[in-house]
Amino acid sequence: MPESILATFTVKRLEIIAPDGTADESLVPDLSGDELRRIYYLLLLTRAFDGRALALQREGRIGTYPSVLGQEAAQVGSAFAIHERDWVFPSFREMGAHLTLGYPLHQLYQYWGGDERGLRTPDGMNIFPICVSVGTHIPHAAGAALAAKLRGDRIAVIAYFGDGGTSKGDFHEGFNLAGVMGLPTVFICQNNQWAISVPLSAQTASRSLAQKAVAYGFDGIQVDGNDVLAVYRATREALEKARGGGGPTFIECLTYRMSDHTTSDDASRYRSPEETEQWRERDPILRYERFLAKRGLWNEDYAAEMKGKAGGEIDEAVRRYESVPPPAPGEMFDFVSGELSARQQRQREEASP
Amino acid sequence: MSEMTYRDALNLALKEEMRRDPSVVTWGEDVALYEGSFKVTRGLLAEFGEERVKDTPISENTIVGVSIGAAMGGLRPVAELMTVNFALLAMDQIVNHMAKIRSMFGGQTRLPMVVRAPGGGGSQLGAQHSQSLETYFMHCPGIHVAVPATPADARGLLKASIRDNNPVMFLEHELLYNSKGEVPDDTESLVPLGKAEVKREGKDVTIVAYSRMTILALQAAAELEKEGISCEVVDLRTLSPLDTETFIASVNKTGRAVVVEECWRAAGLGGHLASIIAEECFDRLLAPVRRVSGLDVPMPYSRKIEKLCIPQVETIAAAVRDVMSQKY
Repeated sequence: MPESILATFTVKRLEIIAPDGTADESLVPDLSGDELRRIYYLLLLTRAFDGRALALQREGRIGTYPSVLGQEAAQVGSAFAIHERDWVFPSFREMGAHLTLGYPLHQLYQYWGGDERGLRTPDGMNIFPICVSVGTHIPHAAGAALAAKLRGDRIAVIAYFGDGGTSKGDFHEGFNLAGVMGLPTVFICQNNQWAISVPLSAQTASRSLAQKAVAYGFDGIQVDGNDVLAVYRATREALEKARGGGGPTFIECLTYRMSDHTTSDDASRYRSPEETEQWRERDPILRYERFLAKRGLWNEDYAAEMKGKAGGEIDEAVRRYESVPPPAPGEMFDFVSGELSARQQRQREEASP
Repeated sequence: MSEMTYRDALNLALKEEMRRDPSVVTWGEDVALYEGSFKVTRGLLAEFGEERVKDTPISENTIVGVSIGAAMGGLRPVAELMTVNFALLAMDQIVNHMAKIRSMFGGQTRLPMVVRAPGGGGSQLGAQHSQSLETYFMHCPGIHVAVPATPADARGLLKASIRDNNPVMFLEHELLYNSKGEVPDDTESLVPLGKAEVKREGKDVTIVAYSRMTILALQAAAELEKEGISCEVVDLRTLSPLDTETFIASVNKTGRAVVVEECWRAAGLGGHLASIIAEECFDRLLAPVRRVSGLDVPMPYSRKIEKLCIPQVETIAAAVRDVMSQKY
């Protein structure tokens, strides 16, 4: 018998706004002027939050911090499509998604200041605490989606992770199970092309990360992660598909980590300034400003006004964060298990002044 | 009371809890159509359907990980790992997530989940499939560890574990599945986590054991009675929470202790028990605490020498005689 072709596949890539701000009008999502401007404000707020966090870290006012610089569009664009009832499992570099979803800013500073109480999600907000372990929350998201499916709850569950996370066993196992069970999940990879010092080329031999979904039996799409509207559109479609019983989707947001991995890292030791400079030209906020300007929704005065507003919000968040007293030693025994053993009780008493 | 096997008692517990609470689900490798490698999930697919009884891909880390997500999502999953040896593939989810999520997330979420895992040696399954890993889980705060020895405890503890809002590692012994015992008929007869039981009263020496070691300790006690040695056998039933009161009271009464563990001796749980006895019963001890443990070798495949690596009735009895022969 001759050989035959068993499968061929295509992987789509979505871009809507060109670097000069012109857009493919057929793909621009149906958002109002106010909504488009809200997205702009959230991008500015993310950048302001991030810049302040770096400053606070240098002053010793928060701990090690992973900057989101350059990834604002991938985070705000995706989170803007998420409904209140959907569930979100973030990794550790999605503060832009957090603040888009309305997570209290001072709690984000509180967490990065070394206080886990910052992870206590306000009631009514379906955001799971930040997962610092790489990719280990992918199975959790699949489990939550399975629970929603069994309950007949038509929601979607979103997991965020990075390009490094796609090399983890949790990624393979979680994707495989989500595909097999047809779970309502949307997996969002922020491919910022660097996992600490390891470039994407050393992470995978795949032409794209998006195509990995094909092997698990569901759709994968690559979007320009610095194009906030492309990210929004792809995420909204994937969420609607998931809520409607259409199964999982994998969205690869191709972006770039403009900053160091964390404040404990120095990226200049392993990558060239030319590479970073190249990406500066593709800044997601700059591109979106050009897009808004062409629609009469943006000018320098408006930008200054919004930056001032974001700065004020950040000032207030920092003030609130720094007014929270540190946890009492005995609190570390809270919630360890249902009932403390006699030994733990003793340890708790000894730890409490 | 009805007589049934340890396997059927576990099966009954699953059925009763799944009937009682629609949020109880079970999944794992070969648990649905095949009804489990040890047939503990027999009849579940037929009665509860494929929504609640699921076969999963061979992905142990994710079987636990998905259970964590589902538990946070409002279900009460009972995951089956085909054997406890495969729990090693899931240790990241077990130790870094299952054990810590409630604490790290400030108690925002409950984690009502059970991970069932058969284990233990003696079935000639070779070094990688005959391990007793209970100490691994007991070492980590945030996980309850159940180790039933009898059919009644198997049913009562599994029911309590399913109803508990904390994660439980439920360690079943492969050589106990066919053992028989009386099980209460009352469907609300639960065995609380964290309560040891004196399985046999005695006055000369306390034998502290768990899981299959309890059965062997009881057999040793029956032998020793013929020699005039009266053994009290304390069955821990759960290793975490650990009921120290029951065995401390017993050792304070008898003045002698033998602790039996199936696992390796190095850093085994017997050392932990011995240290508690040393701290709490020192003034009452008439002899040093003796440990009976598995040998510190990978389990041999050969049936003849495999036996030598696992505590037997005779090794437990010999340890008791040693403790009794101390002169004062």
